[in-house]
Amino acid sequence: MTDTDNKPFALRKYTAEELKSALYKMHLIRLFEEGAEDSYTRGLIHGTMHLSIGQEASAVASCMPLSDSDYITSTHRGHGHCIGKGADVKRMFAEFFGKEDGYCHGRGGSMHIADVSKGNLGANGIVGGGLPIATGAALTAKRLKTGAVAVCFFGDGANNEGAFHEALNMASIWKLPVVYICENNRYGMSTSTERSTAVPNIADRAVAYAMPGVTVDGNDFSAVAEAVETAVQHARDGHGPSLVENLTYRWRGHSKSDRNRYRTKDEIESWVEKDPIKRFRAQLIEHDVLSESEADAIAEAAHREVQDGIAFAQASPAPSTHEVTRYVYGEAQA
Amino acid sequence: MNAQTSDLTTREMSYAEALRDAMEIALERDERVILMGEDIGVYGGAFQVTGDLVHRFGEDRVIDTPISELGGAGVAVGAALTGLRPIFEFQFSDFAMLAMEQIANQAAKLRYMLGGEASVPLVIRMPAGSGTGAAAQHSQSLEAWFGHVPGLKVVQPTTPADAKGMLLAAVEDPDPVIIFEHKLLYKMKAEVPEGYYTVPLDKAEVRRTGEDVTIVASGGMVPRALEAAEAAAAQGHSAEVIDLRSIRPIDRETILSSVRKTGRLICVYEGVRTMGVGAEISAMVAESDAFDFLDAPILRLGGAEAPIPYNPDLERAAVPQTADIEHAISRLMRREV
Repeated sequence: MTDTDNKPFALRKYTAEELKSALYKMHLIRLFEEGAEDSYTRGLIHGTMHLSIGQEASAVASCMPLSDSDYITSTHRGHGHCIGKGADVKRMFAEFFGKEDGYCHGRGGSMHIADVSKGNLGANGIVGGGLPIATGAALTAKRLKTGAVAVCFFGDGANNEGAFHEALNMASIWKLPVVYICENNRYGMSTSTERSTAVPNIADRAVAYAMPGVTVDGNDFSAVAEAVETAVQHARDGHGPSLVENLTYRWRGHSKSDRNRYRTKDEIESWVEKDPIKRFRAQLIEHDVLSESEADAIAEAAHREVQDGIAFAQASPAPSTHEVTRYVYGEAQA
Repeated sequence: MNAQTSDLTTREMSYAEALRDAMEIALERDERVILMGEDIGVYGGAFQVTGDLVHRFGEDRVIDTPISELGGAGVAVGAALTGLRPIFEFQFSDFAMLAMEQIANQAAKLRYMLGGEASVPLVIRMPAGSGTGAAAQHSQSLEAWFGHVPGLKVVQPTTPADAKGMLLAAVEDPDPVIIFEHKLLYKMKAEVPEGYYTVPLDKAEVRRTGEDVTIVASGGMVPRALEAAEAAAAQGHSAEVIDLRSIRPIDRETILSSVRKTGRLICVYEGVRTMGVGAEISAMVAESDAFDFLDAPILRLGGAEAPIPYNPDLERAAVPQTADIEHAISRLMRREV
């Protein structure tokens, strides 16, 4: 066996710069969400939010095969996907703060951040809402022969929505370039997958739609990257959709109203020990991609970007209340 | 007609043929246009509106969807969001209830939720209305449901020329447009301009001028209102008939200026009377300066507070008929309300 054979997939596939950038984005997601949570606790942000702390490998690794011309659709727990697809943390924070400089000019908030110019078609407040939309984006890619692939993030809760089944069936019969990525964090709000879902693995459902289905450790950056690279290539080659299931866990509650009555502290602790950021960092150091001090510097830089983002958001102007109906219709009819 | 015509020659065609003509022109003009729906390909659509378009444009552009209303509508939303111009046919407007999530939560709101950074140029065609003996789940008039959703545009063309011009305008529009097509109108024939033209999506049309009473009618009620106005003329009552055409937005000025002239208003619509289109028009007039011109209370004629029944007599009783409108004119003129 050569040294190359011992390396995990991601370390063979990506350059050192790409891997460092991925680690940076994972830190950025974690720190963004901690910053958002802190701002909420201090009363600077109202409403609610759904945090993906503990799921960062899934978001970043899944976006590795994508360029700005590829599409993603995201979920109510979508901050990671947004950053994974290249969103600017300043404008994300500005949206959280409901400000004019936010991605949605303060109209969307946490659950609707999008960046269409980078192929991010948006988070979604409706469970399963993005599944047909991503499928439609793939229809556009196929019809206009753009070569783009659509990646559709959804949670385990969405796999029991009719939209999931209708979308996967259509993508399969029309051989559309779409990758369905289920981030199975074990609970749809409080209801476990064991109590909600008839199959042991959500990827098992791929069989019903005649597409490849694979379940991977969603906290293992390289395992996710390998599965999604394979699925994206399958789509780009014209072979149609795939279903990838990333097994992961959210450390925080479902939303700010969660009293954590459905799971134990021991269970949460056991998953904190599987921290995807620590694992990826250790892997990069082990394989000499970076040093301890370089890794620390990456985390520190992400911290600074988050602090700058919060400051930017606080300084951004609020939208005018006279413009409450602005953006309902396009300019042609305004 | 407000049509901006490119070619003034006309040809007689049915309402269904006019819609097909519009789709054929749209498919020819713009590679981004696709048709989607259940059995719209070789079958030609449940009401033969798409007809043989699949043979000319192929299955990649005239796409038979599985019986998956939610998913199909959602695919059309995603396609519109990313650069296509889908025209999505629900086989019956009643089936759109299966897809309300994608229509009302996604298509209608995406532009706003994303701060104007996204556009959903989607056209949804809805065969609607009663009178075909198809009973409660194939006969509804749900315009008001969709009219309640900011972000949607909702129209109800009632002539073949408008059907064509409004469909072509909808394809060009940057926002989701829902077209309600009354099934009883599909076979109605009239002269239709040849070639490409559009009809505005936000303008009502005065179909008959009159002095004594304004009748604002929508969809399948327009031909009945015109018949009733004709009959009323024989009784010495001069009725003005406005074809509402657009439910969202409602053409406020055309209605108010007519009411200022006649001093009387009857709203006629096929949807359930309560919370319906007529309630909105009635309130609009009551809240405006036109209120001061009213010589009589406003009347609403709408669908019965019941599902559409099967028995033909019951079915007729469930929606306003020509005689009901005539009677309403007569009562209003005698102030028996």
